[in-house]
Amino acid sequence: MAAPVISVEQVSKKFLISHEAPERYKSLRDVIANNAKKLVGKSNRNGHLSREEFFALQDVSFDIHQGDRVGIIGRNGAGKSTLLKILSRITEPSQGRIRIRGRVASLLEVGTGFHPELTGRENIFLNGAILGMSRVEIRKKFDEIVAFAEVEKFLDTPVKRYSSGMYVRLAFAVAAHLEPEILVVDEVLAVGDAQFQKKCLGKMEDVSKNEGRTVLFVSHNMGVIAQLCNKGVMLSKGKVEYEGNIKNAIDKYIFSALEAEVYQPKPSNKSNYFSKIYTTSENGEIVSDFPFDEHIVLNFEFNLQQQVNDLVVGIGLNDKYNNRVFTVFQDVSYFSQGNGSFLGKLTLPKQLIAPNMYSWDCAIWVPGSDIYDMPRGICPIKIHDNGTDLARFEGTDYGNIILQPTWSRG
Amino acid sequence: MQDELIIEPGKAEKNYWADLWRFRELFYILSWRDIKVRYKQTVVGAAWGLVRPLLTMLIFTFVFGKVANLEVKGGAPYPIIVFAGLLPWQFFSAALTEASNSLIGNTNLITKIYFPRLIIPASAIIVSLVDFAISFGLLLAVMIFYQYLPPIQILMLPVFIVLAFLVAFGAGLYITALNVKYRDFRYIIPFIVQFGLYVTPVGYSSTVIAEKYGEQARFWYSMNPVVGVIDGFRWCITGEPIYVPGLLLSIVVCFIFLWLGIWYFRKTEKSFADNI
Repeated sequence: MAAPVISVEQVSKKFLISHEAPERYKSLRDVIANNAKKLVGKSNRNGHLSREEFFALQDVSFDIHQGDRVGIIGRNGAGKSTLLKILSRITEPSQGRIRIRGRVASLLEVGTGFHPELTGRENIFLNGAILGMSRVEIRKKFDEIVAFAEVEKFLDTPVKRYSSGMYVRLAFAVAAHLEPEILVVDEVLAVGDAQFQKKCLGKMEDVSKNEGRTVLFVSHNMGVIAQLCNKGVMLSKGKVEYEGNIKNAIDKYIFSALEAEVYQPKPSNKSNYFSKIYTTSENGEIVSDFPFDEHIVLNFEFNLQQQVNDLVVGIGLNDKYNNRVFTVFQDVSYFSQGNGSFLGKLTLPKQLIAPNMYSWDCAIWVPGSDIYDMPRGICPIKIHDNGTDLARFEGTDYGNIILQPTWSRG
Repeated sequence: MQDELIIEPGKAEKNYWADLWRFRELFYILSWRDIKVRYKQTVVGAAWGLVRPLLTMLIFTFVFGKVANLEVKGGAPYPIIVFAGLLPWQFFSAALTEASNSLIGNTNLITKIYFPRLIIPASAIIVSLVDFAISFGLLLAVMIFYQYLPPIQILMLPVFIVLAFLVAFGAGLYITALNVKYRDFRYIIPFIVQFGLYVTPVGYSSTVIAEKYGEQARFWYSMNPVVGVIDGFRWCITGEPIYVPGLLLSIVVCFIFLWLGIWYFRKTEKSFADNI
């Protein structure tokens, strides 16, 4: 196998957090004052000016090969941006070493260095130079950039008079026409209107898949990552949690979400009631975030103290506007015999519930008669798009279920 | 095999000067941007470069020449003598001010893109150099007005322009690097500039120092590197004899500053993106 184009070897980045001074910069007065305090002594010893080391990245290692399209994912604060900054040489690592073979262009922001007073034409040259293109290169691509951005008419207008959409289009157009061997991109696709986003994605796909360039891509949009990347690095609290196949990385990411809510009511004098309700993945982990193509399992524990005939468990799923998506029933006798505590499970098919947020209503009752217990709006879940065709429309409402229909011609 | 880049703590040093060369295009374009932006949306545009020195010269001529009666020896008319001192001083103070704020003003670039940071204060100083060129044109006009012919040393003037640039660059680098960490310096700069006007022979000639306090004093007075620059300008333009030991001291101090500026800038540069 060829040598990796990027090899990251045990890279760490350490920040010192000073607990006393939350400001971004120090002022000379503070420094003098603190030094004076130190001279006087004592007062300082008891951690008055305590400083804490914080590792934004810790022993991060991975390799990237020619033509890999790597998605870097992780929760906020996992160290993704720091990693990109180190790779683009904006900051230095505190430890470790990175070898890069090839020209890197990094796109950590759309329109870096754009100056509002300058015209579109001038900004193309400025931004191009900032991103590392030579003047000759920019001139060669100029028409292409302008056409891509669709701003022909406003080329000689200062960009401060551009609409924000035009601004972003122009900025992305310049970036999209970079031709580095390695492209590092940070969450820049979340810009512009849906149509332009689609165009950008298309361009990104083009660059990575067809031209065989190495791309590192950070985004929170799992659907887009799944479409664009073939490898994934998942970071968690500054460490590499998973490295490899993109699908596994995304599933890991989704399941690593914040704590799932477990419904556990306070003791009451109800006779038949739910004692615990929670959602799990197929293999039993308590989670609230699910990839689209995984089973969702609702676990409900209930307690029976009083025998009633025709007792039924009903479960409903509500969408984020609290409209019912579906309702299902089952006789309580299916799960239980006599009084006591019982566990029931409801498993939803994969690839049915559309990516979005939902919550549950549960009930124990006798149809047409008494309701014994009915917790509502509990155990919210979130279904994530990990690569459906609808991923690029993330944010638009395309319903609560996704079908695999049969199409035919008449 | 393509060139291999190794990122390690403290590794940036090695390729630094090569990188500076590789990024020269960025340097041109940033300077061009600063110049362009400077005179956009101003009514009289580049004329500001003329108005400021012209007004200052008039006031100086009036206050020092007529009111305070600080006449200077030498063949040249007083306004030209003032102008010869004013020119490098205004360049120096403008360059220092621009350079010291340049990094802060380009925070978005520093936190998003890699390039040798030295480019930013350098391009800020280039802008002041353009203003300097405009003012210099004005000086020529004044000379024509007085029908004054400068001595042959005028050919040495570029040397002193370079010296002026180096003085401003050294001090500018040092202060801009400090400014990233301690924002106090943005308040200190105007003070330095204001104060400097009086300890620099702009409205008077440095021979005055020698007359009043002796040769010794004039020598130590040249610790201020701008003194050497201004004396040099006067020598070239008005033919006022130059005081060589003082000039040499100024040059030495200039290079110490330059070395200190580059050293400190390089030392702190790596953490700019973290601190700014």
